[in-house]
Amino acid sequence: MMEPAGLTWVLISSALVLFMTPGLAFFYGGMDRRRNVLNMLMMNFYCILAVPVLWMLAGYSLAQVPFENDWLGSLDAFALGDLKTAGDGGTLATIAFLGMFAAITPALISGAVAGRMKFAAWAVFVPLWLFIVYVPIFKWLYGGWLGQRGSLDFAGGTAIHVNAGIAALAAVFVLGRRKVDPAPPHSMPLVMIGTGILWFGWFGFNAGSALNANGQAAQAFMNTFLAGAAAGLAWVVTEWIRAGRPTNLGAASGIVAGLVAVTPAAGYVSGIAPIIIGLVAGVVCSLAVRLKSKLRYDDALDVVGVHFVGGLVGSLLIGFFANPKFFEAEFTAGLFYGGDSGLLVEQLIANVVAIVWSFVLTFVIMKVLDVVMGVRVEEQAEVTGLDLALHLETAYHD
Amino acid sequence: MKLITAIIKPFKLDVVKDALKAVNITGITVSEVRGFGRQGGHVETYRGAEYKVDFIPKVRLEMVVDDPAADAVVDVIVKSAGSGNIGDGKVWVTDVSRVVRIRTGEEGRDAI
Repeated sequence: MMEPAGLTWVLISSALVLFMTPGLAFFYGGMDRRRNVLNMLMMNFYCILAVPVLWMLAGYSLAQVPFENDWLGSLDAFALGDLKTAGDGGTLATIAFLGMFAAITPALISGAVAGRMKFAAWAVFVPLWLFIVYVPIFKWLYGGWLGQRGSLDFAGGTAIHVNAGIAALAAVFVLGRRKVDPAPPHSMPLVMIGTGILWFGWFGFNAGSALNANGQAAQAFMNTFLAGAAAGLAWVVTEWIRAGRPTNLGAASGIVAGLVAVTPAAGYVSGIAPIIIGLVAGVVCSLAVRLKSKLRYDDALDVVGVHFVGGLVGSLLIGFFANPKFFEAEFTAGLFYGGDSGLLVEQLIANVVAIVWSFVLTFVIMKVLDVVMGVRVEEQAEVTGLDLALHLETAYHD
Repeated sequence: MKLITAIIKPFKLDVVKDALKAVNITGITVSEVRGFGRQGGHVETYRGAEYKVDFIPKVRLEMVVDDPAADAVVDVIVKSAGSGNIGDGKVWVTDVSRVVRIRTGEEGRDAI
Protein backbone atom coordinates (compact mmCIF):
# COMPACT_ATOMS: atom_id res chain seq x y z
CA MET A 1 0.00 0.00 0.00
CA MET A 2 1.27 3.45 -0.83
CA GLU A 3 -0.72 6.59 -0.01
CA PRO A 4 -0.94 9.26 -2.75
CA ALA A 5 1.35 11.62 -0.82
CA GLY A 6 3.98 8.91 -0.44
CA LEU A 7 3.61 7.87 -4.07
CA THR A 8 4.15 11.44 -5.22
CA TRP A 9 7.30 11.77 -3.19
CA VAL A 10 8.71 8.45 -4.39
CA LEU A 11 8.05 9.33 -8.04
CA ILE A 12 9.71 12.73 -7.64
CA SER A 13 12.59 11.10 -5.77
CA SER A 14 13.07 8.62 -8.61
CA ALA A 15 13.53 11.47 -11.07
CA LEU A 16 15.93 13.16 -8.63
CA VAL A 17 18.05 10.00 -8.39
CA LEU A 18 18.07 9.62 -12.17
CA PHE A 19 19.47 13.17 -12.39
CA MET A 20 22.39 12.14 -10.17
CA THR A 21 23.99 10.04 -12.89
CA PRO A 22 24.48 12.99 -15.30
CA GLY A 23 25.59 14.94 -12.22
CA LEU A 24 28.18 12.29 -11.46
CA ALA A 25 29.22 12.35 -15.12
CA PHE A 26 29.96 16.09 -14.89
CA PHE A 27 31.62 15.72 -11.50
CA TYR A 28 33.96 13.08 -12.92
CA GLY A 29 34.15 14.56 -16.42
CA GLY A 30 35.38 17.92 -15.16
CA MET A 31 38.14 16.21 -13.19
CA ASP A 32 39.19 14.17 -16.20
CA ARG A 33 41.38 15.36 -19.06
CA ARG A 34 39.95 17.49 -21.81
CA ARG A 35 40.56 14.74 -24.35
CA ASN A 36 38.79 12.06 -22.26
CA VAL A 37 35.76 13.93 -20.95
CA LEU A 38 33.27 12.53 -23.46
CA ASN A 39 34.37 9.00 -22.74
CA MET A 40 33.72 9.67 -19.06
CA LEU A 41 30.26 11.09 -19.79
CA MET A 42 29.48 8.13 -22.04
CA MET A 43 30.51 5.56 -19.42
CA ASN A 44 28.05 7.19 -17.01
CA PHE A 45 25.23 7.71 -19.49
CA TYR A 46 25.63 4.10 -20.63
CA CYS A 47 24.57 3.07 -17.12
CA ILE A 48 21.25 4.90 -17.45
CA LEU A 49 20.76 3.30 -20.86
CA ALA A 50 21.51 -0.32 -20.02
CA VAL A 51 20.61 -0.71 -16.36
CA PRO A 52 16.94 0.42 -16.40
CA VAL A 53 16.22 -2.13 -19.13
CA LEU A 54 18.03 -4.91 -17.28
CA TRP A 55 16.43 -3.90 -13.98
CA MET A 56 12.93 -4.10 -15.44
CA LEU A 57 13.64 -7.43 -17.15
CA ALA A 58 15.31 -9.36 -14.33
CA GLY A 59 17.26 -7.18 -11.88
CA TYR A 60 14.33 -6.20 -9.71
CA SER A 61 12.97 -9.73 -9.64
CA LEU A 62 16.30 -11.27 -8.64
CA ALA A 63 16.96 -8.54 -6.07
CA GLN A 64 13.57 -8.27 -4.36
CA VAL A 65 11.01 -10.97 -5.28
CA PRO A 66 10.14 -12.61 -2.97
CA PHE A 67 11.31 -10.17 -0.33
CA GLU A 68 11.83 -12.85 2.38
CA ASN A 69 14.42 -14.90 0.43
CA ASP A 70 17.76 -15.04 2.25
CA TRP A 71 20.19 -15.14 -0.67
CA LEU A 72 18.58 -14.29 -3.97
CA GLY A 73 15.15 -13.48 -5.38
CA SER A 74 13.68 -15.37 -8.27
CA LEU A 75 12.53 -14.82 -11.83
CA ASP A 76 8.87 -14.70 -10.74
CA ALA A 77 8.73 -11.01 -11.60
CA PHE A 78 10.65 -11.37 -14.89
CA ALA A 79 9.76 -8.37 -17.07
CA LEU A 80 7.42 -7.37 -14.22
CA GLY A 81 5.20 -10.23 -15.41
CA ASP A 82 3.67 -10.68 -11.95
CA LEU A 83 2.10 -7.20 -12.05
CA LYS A 84 -1.38 -7.65 -13.50
CA THR A 85 -2.61 -4.10 -12.81
CA ALA A 86 -1.03 -0.77 -11.99
CA GLY A 87 -2.75 -0.88 -8.60
CA ASP A 88 -2.14 2.15 -6.41
CA GLY A 89 1.19 2.70 -8.19
CA GLY A 90 3.27 1.89 -5.12
CA THR A 91 4.97 -1.20 -6.52
CA LEU A 92 5.71 0.47 -9.85
CA ALA A 93 7.15 3.55 -8.16
CA THR A 94 9.33 1.39 -5.93
CA ILE A 95 10.66 -0.61 -8.89
CA ALA A 96 11.50 2.61 -10.76
CA PHE A 97 13.10 4.17 -7.68
CA LEU A 98 15.30 1.12 -7.03
CA GLY A 99 16.19 0.98 -10.73
CA MET A 100 17.74 4.44 -10.50
CA PHE A 101 19.96 3.21 -7.65
CA ALA A 102 21.00 0.19 -9.68
CA ALA A 103 21.98 2.53 -12.53
CA ILE A 104 24.17 4.91 -10.59
CA THR A 105 26.06 2.23 -8.63
CA PRO A 106 28.18 0.85 -11.51
CA ALA A 107 28.52 4.43 -12.79
CA LEU A 108 30.43 5.27 -9.59
CA ILE A 109 33.17 2.81 -10.62
CA SER A 110 33.85 4.72 -13.86
CA GLY A 111 35.79 7.39 -11.97
CA ALA A 112 38.46 4.88 -10.97
CA VAL A 113 39.03 3.34 -14.40
CA ALA A 114 39.01 6.72 -16.17
CA GLY A 115 41.34 7.32 -19.08
CA ARG A 116 42.32 3.78 -20.04
CA MET A 117 39.43 1.31 -20.13
CA LYS A 118 37.99 0.05 -23.43
CA PHE A 119 34.40 1.19 -23.79
CA ALA A 120 33.43 -2.22 -25.18
CA ALA A 121 34.78 -3.85 -22.03
CA TRP A 122 32.85 -1.35 -19.89
CA ALA A 123 29.69 -2.12 -21.86
CA VAL A 124 29.99 -5.80 -20.93
CA PHE A 125 31.30 -5.15 -17.41
CA VAL A 126 28.25 -3.14 -16.30
CA PRO A 127 25.58 -5.85 -16.88
CA LEU A 128 27.82 -8.60 -15.48
CA TRP A 129 28.64 -6.53 -12.41
CA LEU A 130 24.97 -5.63 -11.92
CA PHE A 131 23.84 -9.25 -11.74
CA ILE A 132 26.88 -10.88 -10.12
CA VAL A 133 27.85 -8.23 -7.56
CA TYR A 134 25.11 -5.64 -7.05
CA VAL A 135 21.97 -7.79 -7.09
CA PRO A 136 23.13 -10.35 -4.47
CA ILE A 137 24.53 -7.75 -2.07
CA PHE A 138 21.37 -5.68 -2.44
CA LYS A 139 19.22 -8.73 -1.72
CA TRP A 140 21.21 -9.70 1.38
CA LEU A 141 20.88 -6.21 2.86
CA TYR A 142 17.23 -5.58 1.94
CA GLY A 143 15.11 -8.53 2.99
CA GLY A 144 17.96 -11.07 2.90
CA TRP A 145 20.17 -12.60 5.58
CA LEU A 146 22.29 -9.53 6.41
CA GLY A 147 19.21 -7.35 6.83
CA GLN A 148 17.49 -10.00 8.93
CA ARG A 149 20.49 -10.15 11.27
CA GLY A 150 19.78 -6.50 12.06
CA SER A 151 22.35 -4.48 10.11
CA LEU A 152 21.11 -1.11 8.87
CA ASP A 153 21.66 0.53 5.49
CA PHE A 154 19.03 3.18 4.89
CA ALA A 155 19.77 4.34 1.36
CA GLY A 156 22.74 2.24 0.28
CA GLY A 157 25.94 3.12 2.12
CA THR A 158 27.05 -0.49 2.07
CA ALA A 159 25.00 -1.73 -0.89
CA ILE A 160 26.08 1.15 -3.12
CA HIS A 161 29.06 3.16 -1.92
CA VAL A 162 31.18 0.61 -0.07
CA ASN A 163 30.29 -1.90 -2.76
CA ALA A 164 31.18 0.31 -5.74
CA GLY A 165 34.18 1.78 -3.93
CA ILE A 166 35.86 -1.55 -3.26
CA ALA A 167 34.89 -2.77 -6.75
CA ALA A 168 36.71 0.27 -8.13
CA LEU A 169 39.84 -0.84 -6.28
CA ALA A 170 39.59 -4.38 -7.70
CA ALA A 171 39.00 -2.98 -11.19
CA VAL A 172 42.10 -0.78 -11.17
CA PHE A 173 44.22 -3.68 -9.91
CA VAL A 174 43.35 -5.59 -13.08
CA LEU A 175 43.46 -2.55 -15.33
CA GLY A 176 46.81 -1.17 -14.19
CA ARG A 177 48.09 2.37 -14.04
CA ARG A 178 47.61 5.02 -16.69
CA LYS A 179 50.56 5.37 -19.07
CA VAL A 180 50.15 9.13 -19.29
CA ASP A 181 50.84 11.19 -16.19
CA PRO A 182 47.70 12.33 -14.36
CA ALA A 183 46.68 15.90 -15.18
CA PRO A 184 44.80 18.48 -13.12
CA PRO A 185 41.02 18.75 -13.68
CA HIS A 186 40.29 20.14 -17.15
CA SER A 187 37.18 22.03 -16.01
CA MET A 188 36.59 22.91 -12.39
CA PRO A 189 33.30 24.70 -13.17
CA LEU A 190 31.99 21.40 -14.60
CA VAL A 191 33.03 19.66 -11.37
CA MET A 192 31.12 22.24 -9.32
CA ILE A 193 27.98 21.94 -11.47
CA GLY A 194 28.17 18.17 -11.13
CA THR A 195 28.49 18.50 -7.37
CA GLY A 196 25.41 20.74 -7.22
CA ILE A 197 23.38 18.27 -9.28
CA LEU A 198 24.55 15.37 -7.12
CA TRP A 199 23.57 17.15 -3.91
CA PHE A 200 20.17 18.11 -5.35
CA GLY A 201 19.54 14.54 -6.50
CA TRP A 202 20.75 13.10 -3.22
CA PHE A 203 17.65 14.47 -1.46
CA GLY A 204 15.69 11.97 -3.55
CA PHE A 205 18.27 9.27 -2.92
CA ASN A 206 18.13 9.57 0.87
CA ALA A 207 14.76 11.09 1.74
CA GLY A 208 13.07 9.04 -1.00
CA SER A 209 14.37 5.87 0.65
CA ALA A 210 11.72 6.27 3.35
CA LEU A 211 9.45 5.11 0.48
CA ASN A 212 6.85 7.37 2.02
CA ALA A 213 6.18 11.02 2.79
CA ASN A 214 6.65 11.03 6.55
CA GLY A 215 8.83 12.14 9.44
CA GLN A 216 11.61 9.72 8.53
CA ALA A 217 11.74 11.19 5.03
CA ALA A 218 11.92 14.71 6.45
CA GLN A 219 14.74 13.81 8.87
CA ALA A 220 16.61 12.02 6.06
CA PHE A 221 16.24 15.21 4.02
CA MET A 222 17.65 17.25 6.89
CA ASN A 223 20.53 14.81 7.36
CA THR A 224 21.38 15.01 3.66
CA PHE A 225 21.53 18.78 3.89
CA LEU A 226 23.63 18.92 7.06
CA ALA A 227 26.11 16.10 6.41
CA GLY A 228 26.99 17.46 2.95
CA ALA A 229 27.60 20.91 4.37
CA ALA A 230 29.58 19.75 7.41
CA ALA A 231 31.80 17.46 5.36
CA GLY A 232 32.50 20.15 2.75
CA LEU A 233 33.48 22.47 5.56
CA ALA A 234 35.68 19.84 7.21
CA TRP A 235 37.52 18.96 3.99
CA VAL A 236 38.21 22.61 3.15
CA VAL A 237 39.44 23.41 6.66
CA THR A 238 41.66 20.32 6.67
CA GLU A 239 43.34 21.22 3.40
CA TRP A 240 43.57 24.88 4.39
CA ILE A 241 45.53 23.85 7.47
CA ARG A 242 47.63 21.19 5.73
CA ALA A 243 48.27 22.81 2.34
CA GLY A 244 47.61 26.47 2.98
CA ARG A 245 44.77 26.99 0.49
CA PRO A 246 41.02 26.33 0.43
CA THR A 247 40.06 24.83 -2.95
CA ASN A 248 36.89 24.30 -4.95
CA LEU A 249 37.78 20.66 -5.50
CA GLY A 250 38.17 20.27 -1.75
CA ALA A 251 34.70 21.72 -1.18
CA ALA A 252 33.17 19.51 -3.88
CA SER A 253 34.93 16.38 -2.65
CA GLY A 254 33.92 17.07 0.93
CA ILE A 255 30.28 17.56 0.02
CA VAL A 256 30.21 14.25 -1.85
CA ALA A 257 32.07 12.45 0.97
CA GLY A 258 29.52 13.74 3.48
CA LEU A 259 26.59 12.71 1.30
CA VAL A 260 28.08 9.26 0.89
CA ALA A 261 28.64 8.89 4.62
CA VAL A 262 25.15 9.98 5.61
CA THR A 263 23.49 7.72 3.02
CA PRO A 264 23.36 4.56 5.19
CA ALA A 265 22.42 6.58 8.27
CA ALA A 266 19.92 9.03 6.76
CA GLY A 267 16.75 7.48 8.16
CA TYR A 268 18.24 6.36 11.49
CA VAL A 269 20.03 9.39 12.95
CA SER A 270 18.93 12.83 14.05
CA GLY A 271 19.95 15.92 15.98
CA ILE A 272 23.66 16.66 15.86
CA ALA A 273 24.55 13.23 14.44
CA PRO A 274 24.51 14.24 10.73
CA ILE A 275 26.92 17.10 11.48
CA ILE A 276 29.31 14.79 13.32
CA ILE A 277 29.06 12.16 10.58
CA GLY A 278 29.79 14.86 8.00
CA LEU A 279 32.74 16.30 9.89
CA VAL A 280 34.31 12.86 10.41
CA ALA A 281 33.77 11.90 6.76
CA GLY A 282 35.22 15.19 5.52
CA VAL A 283 38.42 14.84 7.51
CA VAL A 284 38.89 11.09 7.02
CA CYS A 285 38.19 11.13 3.27
CA SER A 286 40.45 14.12 2.66
CA LEU A 287 43.27 12.08 4.19
CA ALA A 288 42.19 8.82 2.50
CA VAL A 289 42.52 10.20 -1.04
CA ARG A 290 46.26 10.46 -0.40
CA LEU A 291 46.56 6.70 0.11
CA LYS A 292 46.64 6.03 -3.63
CA SER A 293 49.96 7.77 -4.14
CA LYS A 294 51.43 5.97 -1.12
CA LEU A 295 50.09 2.55 -2.11
CA ARG A 296 50.59 3.12 -5.87
CA TYR A 297 47.13 2.14 -7.16
CA ASP A 298 45.74 4.37 -9.88
CA ASP A 299 42.22 5.20 -8.71
CA ALA A 300 41.99 8.11 -11.14
CA LEU A 301 39.24 10.21 -9.54
CA ASP A 302 39.31 8.86 -5.96
CA VAL A 303 36.35 6.48 -5.93
CA VAL A 304 38.02 4.45 -3.18
CA GLY A 305 38.97 7.45 -1.04
CA VAL A 306 35.55 9.09 -1.26
CA HIS A 307 32.95 6.35 -1.78
CA PHE A 308 34.51 3.31 -0.12
CA VAL A 309 35.96 5.17 2.84
CA GLY A 310 33.03 7.58 3.17
CA GLY A 311 30.47 4.77 2.96
CA LEU A 312 32.32 2.72 5.55
CA VAL A 313 32.65 5.65 7.93
CA GLY A 314 28.91 6.40 7.72
CA SER A 315 27.87 2.78 8.00
CA LEU A 316 29.97 2.17 11.12
CA LEU A 317 28.86 5.43 12.76
CA ILE A 318 25.28 4.11 12.65
CA GLY A 319 26.49 1.74 15.37
CA PHE A 320 26.88 4.80 17.60
CA PHE A 321 24.13 7.15 16.44
CA ALA A 322 21.10 5.00 15.52
CA ASN A 323 18.18 6.50 17.42
CA PRO A 324 14.99 4.43 17.09
CA LYS A 325 13.11 6.47 19.72
CA PHE A 326 13.27 9.59 17.60
CA PHE A 327 11.68 7.76 14.68
CA GLU A 328 9.32 5.73 16.91
CA ALA A 329 10.60 2.71 15.01
CA GLU A 330 11.78 -0.83 15.73
CA PHE A 331 15.41 -0.84 14.57
CA THR A 332 18.32 -1.42 17.00
CA ALA A 333 19.70 1.53 18.95
CA GLY A 334 23.32 2.65 18.65
CA LEU A 335 25.83 2.93 21.49
CA PHE A 336 25.09 6.59 22.20
CA TYR A 337 21.34 6.02 22.36
CA GLY A 338 21.04 3.22 24.87
CA GLY A 339 22.12 0.33 22.65
CA ASP A 340 24.98 -2.12 23.16
CA SER A 341 27.75 -2.92 20.71
CA GLY A 342 25.46 -5.36 18.89
CA LEU A 343 24.54 -2.96 16.10
CA LEU A 344 28.14 -1.91 15.52
CA VAL A 345 29.10 -5.58 15.18
CA GLU A 346 26.29 -6.16 12.68
CA GLN A 347 27.40 -3.10 10.69
CA LEU A 348 30.93 -4.49 10.64
CA ILE A 349 29.76 -7.92 9.50
CA ALA A 350 27.57 -6.53 6.72
CA ASN A 351 30.38 -4.36 5.39
CA VAL A 352 33.01 -7.10 5.55
CA VAL A 353 30.69 -9.45 3.65
CA ALA A 354 29.98 -6.80 1.01
CA ILE A 355 33.66 -5.90 0.71
CA VAL A 356 34.83 -9.49 0.24
CA TRP A 357 32.07 -10.41 -2.23
CA SER A 358 32.44 -7.25 -4.26
CA PHE A 359 36.24 -7.20 -4.35
CA VAL A 360 36.69 -10.86 -5.25
CA LEU A 361 33.96 -11.04 -7.88
CA THR A 362 34.79 -7.70 -9.47
CA PHE A 363 38.38 -8.88 -9.75
CA VAL A 364 37.24 -12.13 -11.38
CA ILE A 365 34.88 -10.34 -13.82
CA MET A 366 37.65 -7.95 -14.87
CA LYS A 367 40.18 -10.79 -15.27
CA VAL A 368 37.79 -12.82 -17.40
CA LEU A 369 36.97 -9.79 -19.56
CA ASP A 370 40.68 -9.09 -19.92
CA VAL A 371 41.31 -12.61 -21.23
CA VAL A 372 38.25 -12.67 -23.50
CA MET A 373 38.29 -9.16 -24.99
CA GLY A 374 40.96 -7.10 -23.25
CA VAL A 375 39.99 -4.35 -20.81
CA ARG A 376 42.62 -1.78 -21.69
CA VAL A 377 42.90 0.53 -24.66
CA GLU A 378 46.05 0.62 -26.81
CA GLU A 379 48.68 3.02 -25.53
CA GLN A 380 48.20 5.13 -28.66
CA ALA A 381 44.50 5.65 -27.81
CA GLU A 382 45.43 6.70 -24.30
CA VAL A 383 47.85 9.29 -25.66
CA THR A 384 45.52 10.57 -28.40
CA GLY A 385 42.58 10.73 -26.01
CA LEU A 386 39.69 8.32 -25.61
CA ASP A 387 37.11 10.74 -27.04
CA LEU A 388 38.58 10.55 -30.51
CA ALA A 389 39.98 7.03 -30.29
CA LEU A 390 36.82 5.35 -28.95
CA HIS A 391 33.92 7.65 -29.87
CA LEU A 392 35.22 9.79 -32.76
CA GLU A 393 33.88 12.88 -31.00
CA THR A 394 35.51 16.06 -29.70
CA ALA A 395 34.25 17.79 -26.56
CA TYR A 396 35.27 21.34 -27.35
CA HIS A 397 35.45 22.43 -30.96
CA ASP A 398 36.83 25.90 -31.61
CA MET B 1 56.31 47.30 -44.36
CA LYS B 2 56.74 45.73 -40.97
CA LEU B 3 54.99 42.93 -39.13
CA ILE B 4 54.65 43.77 -35.47
CA THR B 5 54.10 40.82 -33.17
CA ALA B 6 53.37 41.26 -29.49
CA ILE B 7 52.91 38.67 -26.74
CA ILE B 8 51.01 40.26 -23.86
CA LYS B 9 49.08 39.37 -20.73
CA PRO B 10 45.51 38.39 -21.64
CA PHE B 11 43.87 40.96 -19.36
CA LYS B 12 45.78 43.76 -21.14
CA LEU B 13 44.19 42.97 -24.51
CA ASP B 14 41.42 45.58 -24.34
CA VAL B 15 43.72 48.32 -23.13
CA VAL B 16 46.22 47.63 -25.91
CA LYS B 17 43.48 47.42 -28.54
CA ASP B 18 42.07 50.81 -27.49
CA ALA B 19 45.52 52.38 -27.50
CA LEU B 20 46.21 51.01 -31.00
CA LYS B 21 42.87 52.26 -32.29
CA ALA B 22 43.70 55.69 -30.91
CA VAL B 23 46.78 55.83 -33.17
CA ASN B 24 44.73 54.73 -36.21
CA ILE B 25 45.77 51.09 -36.50
CA THR B 26 43.15 49.64 -38.84
CA GLY B 27 43.35 46.00 -37.93
CA ILE B 28 44.95 43.45 -35.61
CA THR B 29 44.88 39.66 -35.44
CA VAL B 30 44.60 38.11 -31.98
CA SER B 31 45.36 34.54 -30.89
CA GLU B 32 45.24 32.84 -27.54
CA VAL B 33 48.57 31.17 -26.95
CA ARG B 34 50.46 29.49 -24.15
CA GLY B 35 54.13 29.67 -23.39
CA PHE B 36 56.85 30.02 -20.83
CA GLY B 37 59.41 32.73 -20.29
CA ARG B 38 61.19 34.09 -17.29
CA GLN B 39 57.88 34.34 -15.44
CA GLY B 40 57.92 30.51 -15.20
CA GLY B 41 54.93 28.44 -14.21
CA HIS B 42 53.27 27.65 -10.94
CA VAL B 43 52.10 24.64 -8.95
CA GLU B 44 48.40 23.86 -8.47
CA THR B 45 47.13 21.47 -5.81
CA TYR B 46 44.07 19.26 -6.30
CA ARG B 47 43.06 16.88 -3.50
CA GLY B 48 46.59 17.22 -2.16
CA ALA B 49 48.25 16.19 -5.44
CA GLU B 50 50.53 18.81 -6.96
CA TYR B 51 50.57 19.61 -10.67
CA LYS B 52 53.20 21.85 -12.24
CA VAL B 53 51.69 24.27 -14.74
CA ASP B 54 54.61 25.31 -16.99
CA PHE B 55 52.76 27.06 -19.79
CA ILE B 56 50.95 30.27 -19.00
CA PRO B 57 48.13 31.69 -21.13
CA LYS B 58 49.12 34.74 -23.20
CA VAL B 59 47.64 36.67 -26.08
CA ARG B 60 49.50 37.20 -29.36
CA LEU B 61 48.76 40.31 -31.42
CA GLU B 62 49.87 40.68 -35.02
CA MET B 63 49.58 43.67 -37.31
CA VAL B 64 51.26 44.89 -40.49
CA VAL B 65 52.13 48.60 -40.59
CA ASP B 66 53.88 51.03 -42.86
CA ASP B 67 57.63 51.45 -42.13
CA PRO B 68 57.52 54.98 -40.61
CA ALA B 69 54.73 54.00 -38.20
CA ALA B 70 56.43 50.92 -36.78
CA ASP B 71 58.43 52.50 -33.97
CA ALA B 72 55.48 54.54 -32.73
CA VAL B 73 53.23 51.46 -32.70
CA VAL B 74 55.81 49.50 -30.73
CA ASP B 75 55.94 52.31 -28.19
CA VAL B 76 52.16 52.34 -27.88
CA ILE B 77 52.09 48.61 -27.22
CA VAL B 78 54.93 48.72 -24.71
CA LYS B 79 53.30 51.57 -22.85
CA SER B 80 49.77 50.13 -22.81
CA ALA B 81 50.66 46.48 -22.16
CA GLY B 82 53.12 47.15 -19.38
CA SER B 83 52.28 46.55 -15.73
CA GLY B 84 55.86 46.62 -14.48
CA ASN B 85 55.67 42.98 -13.44
CA ILE B 86 57.46 39.91 -14.72
CA GLY B 87 55.51 38.28 -17.56
CA ASP B 88 54.36 41.45 -19.30
CA GLY B 89 55.51 39.99 -22.62
CA LYS B 90 57.50 41.06 -25.68
CA VAL B 91 57.13 42.98 -28.91
CA TRP B 92 59.19 42.40 -32.02
CA VAL B 93 59.30 43.80 -35.54
CA THR B 94 59.85 41.79 -38.71
CA ASP B 95 60.38 42.96 -42.29
CA VAL B 96 57.57 42.05 -44.64
CA SER B 97 58.29 41.72 -48.37
CA ARG B 98 54.75 41.70 -49.80
CA VAL B 99 51.19 42.34 -48.66
CA VAL B 100 48.03 41.84 -50.77
CA ARG B 101 44.44 42.72 -49.90
CA ILE B 102 42.48 39.70 -51.07
CA ARG B 103 39.24 41.48 -52.01
CA THR B 104 40.77 44.13 -54.28
CA GLY B 105 44.21 42.84 -55.17
CA GLU B 106 45.78 46.06 -53.85
CA GLU B 107 49.39 45.65 -52.77
CA GLY B 108 51.87 47.22 -50.37
CA ARG B 109 50.87 50.35 -48.48
CA ASP B 110 47.44 50.40 -50.10
CA ALA B 111 46.72 46.96 -48.73
CA ILE B 112 47.34 47.95 -45.09
